[in-house]
Amino acid sequence: MSTAHFTIPGQEPLFSGKGWAALAAFVIATAVLVPVLFLAVPESSPLHLSAYFVTLIGKIMCYCVVAVAMNLIWGYTGILSLGHGLFFALGGYAFGMYLMRMIGREGQYQSDLPDFMVFLDWKAYPWYWSFTDQFWYSALLVVLVPGLLAFAFGFFAFRSRIKGVYFSIITQALTFAFMLLFFRNDTGFGGNNGFTDFKRILGFRIADPGTRAVLFALTGLYLAGCLVLTRALIRSKYGRVLTAIRDSETRLMFSGYNPLWYKLSIWTLSAVLCGIAGALYVPQVGIINPSEMSPANSIEIAIWVAVGGRGTLLGPLLGAGIVNGAKSFFTQSFPEYWLFFLGILFVVVTLFLPKGVAGWIAARKAGGKA
Amino acid sequence: MRTTLRRGLALAVTVALALLVLLRAELAFALEAALLEGLASEEASEKGEAIGRLATSGDPAALGVLSALQEGTLRVTPEGRFVIREGRAFKDALTGAALDAEPDEAEKITINNRLRAQVESAIAALRIFSPDARQRLEAARGIEPGADTLPLLSKALAAETDPKVKGVLVNAEALARLRGGDLAQKLAALDTLAGSTDPKVRVQLQELAQSPEAGATESEDQLKLRTAATEAVSAIERRIAMYDIAGRLFTGVSLGSILLLVALGLAITYGLLGVINMAHGEMLMIGAYATYATQQVFRTHFPGSLDWYLVCAVPVSFAIAAVIGMLLERTVIRWLYGRPLETLLATWGISLFLIQLVRQIFGAQNVEVANPSWMSGGIELTSLVLPYNRIVIIGFSAFVLLLVWLMLTRTRLGLFIRGVTQNRTMASCVGVPTGRVDLMAFGLGSGIGGLAGCALSQIGNVGPDLGQSYIIDSFMVVVLGGVGQLLGTVYAALGLGVVSKFLEPYIGAVPTKILVLVLIIAFIQKRPQGLFALKGRAVEA
Repeated sequence: MSTAHFTIPGQEPLFSGKGWAALAAFVIATAVLVPVLFLAVPESSPLHLSAYFVTLIGKIMCYCVVAVAMNLIWGYTGILSLGHGLFFALGGYAFGMYLMRMIGREGQYQSDLPDFMVFLDWKAYPWYWSFTDQFWYSALLVVLVPGLLAFAFGFFAFRSRIKGVYFSIITQALTFAFMLLFFRNDTGFGGNNGFTDFKRILGFRIADPGTRAVLFALTGLYLAGCLVLTRALIRSKYGRVLTAIRDSETRLMFSGYNPLWYKLSIWTLSAVLCGIAGALYVPQVGIINPSEMSPANSIEIAIWVAVGGRGTLLGPLLGAGIVNGAKSFFTQSFPEYWLFFLGILFVVVTLFLPKGVAGWIAARKAGGKA
Repeated sequence: MRTTLRRGLALAVTVALALLVLLRAELAFALEAALLEGLASEEASEKGEAIGRLATSGDPAALGVLSALQEGTLRVTPEGRFVIREGRAFKDALTGAALDAEPDEAEKITINNRLRAQVESAIAALRIFSPDARQRLEAARGIEPGADTLPLLSKALAAETDPKVKGVLVNAEALARLRGGDLAQKLAALDTLAGSTDPKVRVQLQELAQSPEAGATESEDQLKLRTAATEAVSAIERRIAMYDIAGRLFTGVSLGSILLLVALGLAITYGLLGVINMAHGEMLMIGAYATYATQQVFRTHFPGSLDWYLVCAVPVSFAIAAVIGMLLERTVIRWLYGRPLETLLATWGISLFLIQLVRQIFGAQNVEVANPSWMSGGIELTSLVLPYNRIVIIGFSAFVLLLVWLMLTRTRLGLFIRGVTQNRTMASCVGVPTGRVDLMAFGLGSGIGGLAGCALSQIGNVGPDLGQSYIIDSFMVVVLGGVGQLLGTVYAALGLGVVSKFLEPYIGAVPTKILVLVLIIAFIQKRPQGLFALKGRAVEA
């Protein structure tokens, strides 16, 4: 890093010419190419994309957003969160409430209430379900619920200068507590089974290929937006303070900065990005349940980022893609070896690839030049 | 008419019996003949009455007659004499005296199914005179207190010597008096019942204590009774509440001692190395499986001393977990010192690996680890039961705590561990081999985890996921307790255990977990370094 050029914050271009071209290519691929190949190309053609493929890629793109959000807080700011699965799931649940309301009377019991409420013999929606039949209100909840929770939790945690592993394990306890809460039937979010069997979104049938294509395109655009945002943040003065927090918080404080608001704002932003990713994930995958909040899921998010490369723009995407691709492969072909692989991956990456695959590639390139 | 006749007959028979008593010694066990009257009747209802009389007579000999009736060995001669066949021999049902010859024309007494059921319950009630205290206790609990069973209960109470059975009988007798006696008896019964803790008794008394319906007039006696009942109910409720608090305190301390065992090893490694060992839960799991393996070895090789496998399992589980922990320290954790967040991820990876490994070796299902017989059961304090296995674990964790304390304060290794915990650089400068200390301390922490697993195998399921369910709670103990002080861990573990168990009945298990987390976060606002922070210049790196 000794040869790195330090530019004045804000003066550096957002992306290089190549970067802009790659971004444009990605946007065209997700917003135009894939929908066309999926909808317009006949099934007999080898170029046709199956619904399975579109769903899988859409799902992985949602995970990529989570990895990008995790990278903001861990890779750039040095705060390891073991609770990002919670924000993702909360966003999913908030939007899931809207989707549940949209089932209307098409459920198994043909009631105004979701099936699980009929099953519990509830007569009306609990208060926290009010207005969730309005799309705008649910969309607001998707942002507000993870955002407010992260803000409140972060405020108290950062204010008392909880950091390092302390912070990590407290976030883990938080997501664990929420998982237990959502597993209960009385909580009013469907218990074990969570939300599923969605029918419509804004009047469109969810199962329609057109709806799927639109959701896919939106996810792609959102992911591209998150990348641009990350880049913009990191090259700004604000971003420089974040990396300073990561590298030496004490020294930053002695320089007259109060890290509290920097940490709190990036932490909240990261949670909100996750929440929106969760809201895009739920209609595509068609289910959300409390196991999304399990501590193991949140730690897996950290390993995506670690595998790809912390503190790099594209590393998290790479990591989320590699790990989830491997997961799909293992769970289909050798389910009993998946945990072995994942466990070894954790150890190998931390021991031998501290900068992840992206860092490794960069080092190879630099080595090649020299 | 019939009753007077029966009474007359009974009197005559009693007089006759009294005469017989003078003649024959074994008549000590004699039965009043009147009790048997009707047993030979053609009418099922009369037979039923006779059985009822026998049941409530409280006479030990009645049990013999009823058993004979049940087994079909009770005979009656045309002149109304009852005999019991025992193999080839016969004996008189009333006197118990052996007969020299088979009586002529003795007819078997048959009973239908309804009567058979009645006989069975009568026999169960008469077990109250059995020489076996456990049978008596069961019988005493089974008898429905009422006016008809009062004589039986009184008789049993007078003869009872076992304090536990006596306690049950005192209540039952008082309840019977309450239902059947006169005012004075009822008031006396209420006095006795006020000392009970039985919820059933409380329900009974609450009915009595209810205010009369509006408009209904209440006699002075009723009023007296009602006031007495109300007082008795409140006395019972006070006592139940007291037992309840004692019970919760016990389960809280029990949970706290488990948390202490689990968190102790974690606290040592965290204090020393500044890393959270996410694989600590798997050390518990390994300890529990080591216990299971020891049990299996004892089962196949030393079935005679199976009850003592646990004593052998304690060092085995410590050793296996310690060796695995040291192996991990040498191969993985050593290379990550100074990078605590990476260590956290790497140890999580190790834990996934170990879980899957155990699944492959022992299967994904839970394995069965049995309590040794000396650990099953418990101390019963009326409504409160303190299971032996919980008591043993409380004692065990106190013992482990003592050993760890002695090790840390009285040995050279302990001195080194404390030194490195306080200031690694300085300790290294004065010649402490910090690398070896790290290794030993990691082994020690893992070994204590193994011991905790051995203890957990005695109270819960043993499966590959065993460690996962305890690990988060034990992290909270470490966070709350602070680093570098055993005492902090002890207070935090016991405090969390007791607070959780006191909150649980009011708000449920899951809200308790959330509330405890909120409390911990609130607490850290005040004391960021935990309950007992190291004093001095232990500045964070």
